[in-house]
Amino acid sequence: MSDLYAYVLRLGDDALIAAQRTAEWIAAAPQLEEDVALGNIGLDQLGQARTLLAYAGSLVGKTEDDLAYFRDEREFTNLQLCELPNGDFAHAMARLLYFATYQHLLYDVLRESSDETLAGVAGKAVKEVAYHVDHASQWVLRLGDGTDESHRRMQAALDALWPYTAEMFASDDLVKRLPVAVDPATLEQEWLRRVTEVIDASTCTRPESSYQHSGGREGRHTEHLGYLLAELQHVARSHPGASW
Amino acid sequence: MAVKPDVSEIRRVVGEVPDPEVPVLTIEDLGVLRDVRLDDDEVVVVITPTYSGCPAMDMIRTEIGQALDRLEIANHRVETVLSPAWTTDWMSDSGKQKLVEYGIAPPTGRQAVGGPVLLSLTLRCPLCGSPDTTELSRFGSTSCKSLWRCNACREPFDHFKAI
Repeated sequence: MSDLYAYVLRLGDDALIAAQRTAEWIAAAPQLEEDVALGNIGLDQLGQARTLLAYAGSLVGKTEDDLAYFRDEREFTNLQLCELPNGDFAHAMARLLYFATYQHLLYDVLRESSDETLAGVAGKAVKEVAYHVDHASQWVLRLGDGTDESHRRMQAALDALWPYTAEMFASDDLVKRLPVAVDPATLEQEWLRRVTEVIDASTCTRPESSYQHSGGREGRHTEHLGYLLAELQHVARSHPGASW
Repeated sequence: MAVKPDVSEIRRVVGEVPDPEVPVLTIEDLGVLRDVRLDDDEVVVVITPTYSGCPAMDMIRTEIGQALDRLEIANHRVETVLSPAWTTDWMSDSGKQKLVEYGIAPPTGRQAVGGPVLLSLTLRCPLCGSPDTTELSRFGSTSCKSLWRCNACREPFDHFKAI
């Protein structure tokens, strides 16, 4: 397994698993416009996932579908943040704020990558993700600075997901030795600044440092990923090769 | 010996393939059609997606293939490129004019996002022309549009958002 394959797979898995969780909100969001918004955001994430997984697959003679539907839980290298269950709407917006801000910083650097495909994906995605960051920010402001109840739930969501944020910035040998990769550790300070700015403006309190989960990049996941994959993969696995 | 295909004629025909989601626009208007060229005797049509997840791309690809079949071009393929990334600047002026006539506010200026504070840019209602309009949602019926309402004529309308 080449370094490039492993790296592209990480990015693709993040986008795919995030897309699946986002899509679960469709028809369950608090208002119709939000169903539409989350549908669009999920579609952007899925589009990024497809291009990335198709690229990763091309390096090992597989298709995007092989990678999405016919790998097991331990072979997925996404961040645990992406796979956590949806929780309430404040959780969805806290996750989108954390994840989209990270993706935005990452893609912004990656579009200068010497790998043409990665640069191409990032150049497109960075503009889409800017809308995701904006959407999440608007909701965090509205909920945090809303009623006592919305403030309480926004704060609870920000706190609950905080222990999954350090994993985004964990550096390892792969990102250090692969020239086309971005070392995510270099994004952390700016991420912290941007996220803090939104949380402060929302009247919530930025969570303090705490125990941080890790392992997603090595294929160690929470118990939730298996259930997510069961739903994502069961049609493809029940009817291999089917098309319509 | 087969007649060498006329690339500019092929481009004209292929360029008339409509966007299935905004059928008033062709892929030439949108700037989705990047290039038509000949690789030996194979016609290669190069397109680029507006958004990474744009579900219209599969249909556009199919319709390009059908248009080439109608021209009786045996050997053809459609290639998708991501770079340089599509922006609304690729849309032609006549495309923008068609959008207005269709009731969709065309893209203006640059992307209206970037910080935690909402930037309010005024859009002119494509139906009555009033500048007194409100954004209802930054996401609309397709990836490329946001949803607005005119406070003067009270009609909702789509806006092709700038990226």
